[in-house]
Amino acid sequence: MIRLEKRPNPSRFWLYATPVVAVALTMIAGGLMFAALGKNPFEVIRTIFWDPLFGEFAWYLRGQLLVKAGPLVLIAVGLSLGFRAGIWNIGAEGQYIMGAICGAGVGLAFYPTESRLIFPLMILAGAFGGWVWAMIPAILKTRFNTNEILVSLMLVYVAQTILAMASTGFLRNPEGAGFPGSRNFSSYPAAQNPELIAGSGLHWGGVAALAVVVLAYVLLQKHILGFQIKLAGQAPRAARFHGVNPATLVVLCMGISGALAGLAGMFEVTGPAGQISIDFNSGYGFTAIIVAFLGRLNPVGILLGGLLMALTYIGGEMASTNLGLPSSAIQAFQGMLLFFLLGVDVLTNFRIRSLIGRSTTGAR
Amino acid sequence: MDIGGINLVVLVASLMVAAVPILLAALGELVVEKAGVLNLGVEGMMIMGAICGFITAVGTGSPLLGFLGGALGGMVLSLVFAFLTQVLLANQVATGLALTLFGLGLSSLMGQNYNGIKPPLTGAVPFGPLRDIPVLGRIVFSHDWVVYFSVAMVVLLWWVLKATRLGLIIRAVGESHEAAHALGYKVNRIRLGAIAFGGAMAGMGGAYVSLVRVPQWVDGITAGAGWIALAIVVFASWKPWRALIGAYLFGGISVLQLNLQAAGSAIPVEYLSMSPYLITILVLVIMSSGRGRAALNAPAALGQNFHAAR
Repeated sequence: MIRLEKRPNPSRFWLYATPVVAVALTMIAGGLMFAALGKNPFEVIRTIFWDPLFGEFAWYLRGQLLVKAGPLVLIAVGLSLGFRAGIWNIGAEGQYIMGAICGAGVGLAFYPTESRLIFPLMILAGAFGGWVWAMIPAILKTRFNTNEILVSLMLVYVAQTILAMASTGFLRNPEGAGFPGSRNFSSYPAAQNPELIAGSGLHWGGVAALAVVVLAYVLLQKHILGFQIKLAGQAPRAARFHGVNPATLVVLCMGISGALAGLAGMFEVTGPAGQISIDFNSGYGFTAIIVAFLGRLNPVGILLGGLLMALTYIGGEMASTNLGLPSSAIQAFQGMLLFFLLGVDVLTNFRIRSLIGRSTTGAR
Repeated sequence: MDIGGINLVVLVASLMVAAVPILLAALGELVVEKAGVLNLGVEGMMIMGAICGFITAVGTGSPLLGFLGGALGGMVLSLVFAFLTQVLLANQVATGLALTLFGLGLSSLMGQNYNGIKPPLTGAVPFGPLRDIPVLGRIVFSHDWVVYFSVAMVVLLWWVLKATRLGLIIRAVGESHEAAHALGYKVNRIRLGAIAFGGAMAGMGGAYVSLVRVPQWVDGITAGAGWIALAIVVFASWKPWRALIGAYLFGGISVLQLNLQAAGSAIPVEYLSMSPYLITILVLVIMSSGRGRAALNAPAALGQNFHAAR
């Protein structure tokens, strides 16, 4: 018989070790799943985690790493602030879509301008779109005490419908012969989000993600707001006595995460995706939740977590083309990772004690 | 009785069918939340139920076994949640999300060879001449057994939660796990049972989507029904009979918007298809504001993990 004993303080060692253990356990469990699908598990794991970095096509795929990690990190850093304070914005996918529609919409409204001001304006519009979409659950939460989890999630479905309207209706390419989808930003240089260093995969979204990681780190370590966020999550009562206004915190955390998700959407649609289309969003808003936990809600950790998650995307695509692994297997694999992260976390806060050979009186 | 090209009797009869998945899932989640556990993975359990039920029904040719398979699929996934939150004491909100993300991925993995197949038909219960009663026959006596089962579960759960010892224990665990523990109840085991029940109900609701409502398998078939079920529990302020009203209301809206789309209404299709989600938000706002009645009725220990220190 074993039982859990609460640690007086979270273990420093396990704080850093749990993500590693979780990834290892996911590889084992995922390997079993791949084996059940009739694939060689070692080959699949190697294709996902090794080949994109050191394999034959690594020169190209390493660049893709930043393309995929950029939006994931950008969204996950924003979400982590709220998660730390116990504010659950899980509708980042909707904010990401709305940011993309607003950013691209502003750009397309001025087509075909060559002004240098258009791209900064689109960045602002993208952040604004995400922010507005996140403000809906935030204000309903503070004003009417409505559950922000359900509202932000419902708004994802609404945003997806608006995206369908945009790509078949109000943002459709007038010269596109009636096909759904907006004008392609690759033929609109002033509003395009280009690759900054050829072959690196770094575009403005990646730059923004790195900047946000640094800013969030400083915020959490040095700024009073970061302290208040952490306090509100760990000891809500103490936070009240400290003078933290919960409503302000909700509005700030939701607003920041919404704006960052909107930015990510805007950078994605003007860069790698190229145009507004019905399915340009590839579920980054939901995967970012896993990234946030993989990084232990810490900005630097999220940067590493985002890169690892990007690796599973790229490797997963390779495994599906080279080995015929169904793409949904990667989705299940990513979900599994979140299970293990949450499960292994018990080691951080609890000690596992064996009761064999000891008096069990007092136990339970 | 036609209004704007929509037959009212058919509308009522079909809203009862449309409401079954969310009603079953909401009833399951209601018991889970009464026991003090917030399982946000309803969507994941529903879609696992949808694919497991579909595979079982196609494999065996029996819709009944399909529903049982669906319930089992939802239950197995809910036990993962139960293990993580009750044994490893993981955060319930995050684990519920993980359940949904994992369920969506795994279901589309399991269903990849089942696209475009027709499942065996779930027939209406033979009521004989009762079916020919005008209006009433169509509304009350023309459905398959799951519709009656879902209504029976409302009555059963109302009775169990209100009038039995089991219901009292479940409510005690959800209101104050410390007190229930002090009385000698195994808090985490009772919660585990509630979670498994919720998973089975959600799985069965999901199976109803893929076996009767649609009926075929496509990825992401539940399309947010699990989240609407969660909202209905809040709407119902944790009372089974109100969950019935809520589910029929939402079933009515989704049937109505589909009928309006088919009837070629002046309202654009997109606005109609986003209406169930917008109305859910509206209802949540109405329920949670005001005198905070919904908040008052929420189980006091909802979402808190219990670790027996002694």
